[in-house]
Formats: sequence, structure tokens, C-alpha cells
Amino acid sequence: MDTRKQLQMLGQIGDSPSFAGKIREIHKFPLTAKGIDILQINLGSLCNLSCRHCHVTAGPNRTEIMTKPVLAKCLEVLSSLPISTIDITGGAPEMNPHLEWFIGEAAGLNRRLIVRTNLTLLLEEPYRHFTDIFAKDKVEIVTSLPDHMEVKSDRQRGAGVFQKVIESLRELNLRGYGMAGSGLCIDIVHNPVGAYLPGSQTALEHEYHMRLLSEYGVHFNRLFCLTNLPVGRYLDYLIESDNFEDYLSTLCHSFNPAAVEKVMCLTTLSVGWDGSLYDCDFNQMLGLTVNHGAPNNIMAFELEKLKNREIVVNNHCYGCVAGCGSSCQGTTTGT
Amino acid sequence: MNYYEPKDLADFPGITEWAADQGNKFFEYCGSATGAGKLTEREKSLIALTVVMTQNCPYCIDAYTTKCMSLGISSDEMMEAAHVGAAMMAGVTLAHTTQMRKIIKKKEM
Repeated sequence: MDTRKQLQMLGQIGDSPSFAGKIREIHKFPLTAKGIDILQINLGSLCNLSCRHCHVTAGPNRTEIMTKPVLAKCLEVLSSLPISTIDITGGAPEMNPHLEWFIGEAAGLNRRLIVRTNLTLLLEEPYRHFTDIFAKDKVEIVTSLPDHMEVKSDRQRGAGVFQKVIESLRELNLRGYGMAGSGLCIDIVHNPVGAYLPGSQTALEHEYHMRLLSEYGVHFNRLFCLTNLPVGRYLDYLIESDNFEDYLSTLCHSFNPAAVEKVMCLTTLSVGWDGSLYDCDFNQMLGLTVNHGAPNNIMAFELEKLKNREIVVNNHCYGCVAGCGSSCQGTTTGT
Repeated sequence: MNYYEPKDLADFPGITEWAADQGNKFFEYCGSATGAGKLTEREKSLIALTVVMTQNCPYCIDAYTTKCMSLGISSDEMMEAAHVGAAMMAGVTLAHTTQMRKIIKKKEM
């Protein structure tokens, strides 16, 4: 579904006020950035998987790939500013031919360096060597495992994916990832396999630790619970399964005012494959570039205009403030 | 219009209307009773799901099935819990035959 149609669908929220209207009610509109602490770089939509919940609608047939000049500009921006976290995502970042070079350069900046990987490629050539690269440069790995039950996880990500992730996790454990005192961190992302919100992150983390260790001998560090936002392939799923109306209603009715203060866009700047700038990865997939006078491409980066920019919001933003709140680092309020 | 509309579940907070004090106390009590304590939230959610199925409350069944899914409880586990409820209901029914049998034995010649 193209972005125009997606935004049109997101306008259909029944009796609920728009997200902008809702935060205006609690005197939080407009949302304004509080600086740039995380630069999230989306290396492209190319991926070996086609997960049913993917807001990027990533897959093997996508051709958008971030080029080296754009990556070099990201490094230039990073090296000139005290941005604490470099968060690399995709698609499958390993499928960008410049990832190895970029990690080497980014590691030299001594920042927190995150790669969001589906792990399955680490078992295949020509990507196996990334395990060594990640360990050498102490890259924090964040991987998706929607459920600790194989049958549910595979329903979302494809047959056989769960076992590949487990195999990859075991290899990473052998390198020290997820093991106490190693300094190598691997976090797992849980997101519901269906049209419902995630439960308590603490309870689910306990369950994941217990099940993955007892059934598969796998260790990991933290579990991040993410709410599925009605964007991309997940929006298609909601419509096809006749869950769109109920899910949007659940998001609206689960509005948590405390979570508005913790939304990730306040401290994150998202870079698209072509250098376009967004307030978050979801806005990126909806084609909503930064606005209100801030430059919308990293090639025209201007800190002064970007650090306190007004955030572009739409009704999908209800997803980040529903219940305990949701971000790329898991829940934002409570547990 | 049906007597039970799924969207009416969202109106549950409205039970405080016309009786705010009691309604708010109920929500406070409910939150405390169903939150994690010596039993986990997971265990309590399965208990709650079982009870509401025995009581045939469509709103609560919707809410607690969804909550169990959110907590990563499998459909097999929920079905096992349903059978506990079913067995209890059957047992309760059959246990009450004691009263029935006592009355029959007392009144029949």
C-alpha cells in the first residue's frame, strides 16, 4: 500500500480525536525535540525475510540501499557532535555492501553502536564474518524474536526462521554475547504475533529467559517489548484480518499521557536510505520527513534547526504512547 | 444493535458514572487483586480467564484472552485452563446432586 493510502487509512479512527488533538488536550502539542541523542540509520529495505509485521515492508525484491556518500555524511555528522548512540537498522543491514566499512569507522568514534539484525544471515555466506566484526567492535546486537514459541514466531516471520535465530543465538553465546561479564550485549525484541498490545515487559522477559534457556540453552541480555504500529505490512495485515478498526480503537483507548513525555522521537533523528531525515523509522515508512523549517536531508544537516525541531505526528503515533509506551528500546514507562 | 457490543468493552471505565467513589474503589481493588503478588501476573491472568469463562462474561473473556496473549500465554495453556474451569463447573453441578439426592431420599416412600 503506498504511503498516501496508508495515511488515508490512519485518518479513519472513528470517534477518537486525532493524535495531534489528543496531545493538545493535555497541553503537549506541538511535540518538540530535546536534542539528538540517537542517530538511527536505515541502510535500506533489502532483506532476506518478508515478515508479516514489518513496517518497512522489507524483502528480497526491495532495491533501496544507502550509498557510501550518504553513510560518509552520517559519519561526518556523528564525528562533529556528541551523539551518544548510533543505531543501524534496515531491512537487513548486512545486505548493504558498505556495512563492514561503516562499522569500522563508526566503532572508532567510541559511541554506543547498535545493529538491528534478523540474525539469520549470520549463518550464511557471504555474511558469516559479521559475527566476528560485531564481536571485535563490541556492537550491541538487537534482534527480533516475536515469540518464544516457534510456531507463533514462524507464523509472523516465515517457516524455519525461529530455528535459524536460535542457532545464531547459540553461536553468539559462544562468542560471549549475552554472557555475564563479556561486555557483549544481545537484546531481543518481542512484538505481538497478532492484533493485540504487548504485555508486561518484565513478565515477558522472565518468560523468554526461562523458556529460551530451558528449551534451547540460549542466553540473552534484555527483552524489548514493541507495540506493532499500523504501518507497512502490519497495516495490510490489520485490514485483511478485519482487525483494523478494533486495533486502532485499542491504541486510542490505551493512550497513556505519561508516555508522551518519553517518546523516542524527542531524542532520535532517523536517516533514510537516500539521506532523507525523519523523526522516527515509522515516519520514514510513511514518507513524513522532518518539517517545520528543519532541513530534510542529511546532506543539508543543520544542528540548530534540527535539535529543537517540531515533531511531525500522525495517528500512528498513538502506538508509541499506548499502555506502557513503546520505543526501539522497549517500553518507556512502567514495566 | 445487540445487547453485547464488542466496542462496549471500551466503556468499562464508565461504571464510575453515578457512583464514582464505589467505581474507583472497585478499579483500585481490581488492579491490586489481579496484579503480580506472590502469584505472577501470568498465573493470575489464567485464573481470571478461567473464572470469566465459567461466568459467561463476553467482555471479560475478550479482555482476559487478549491479556493472556499479551503475556505470551499459549493457546494450549489457555485451553488447559478452560478445562480446569469446565471440570470445576461439572464438579460443582454434580456435588449439588447431594442436595438433590438427600431431598429425594427424604421425600420418596
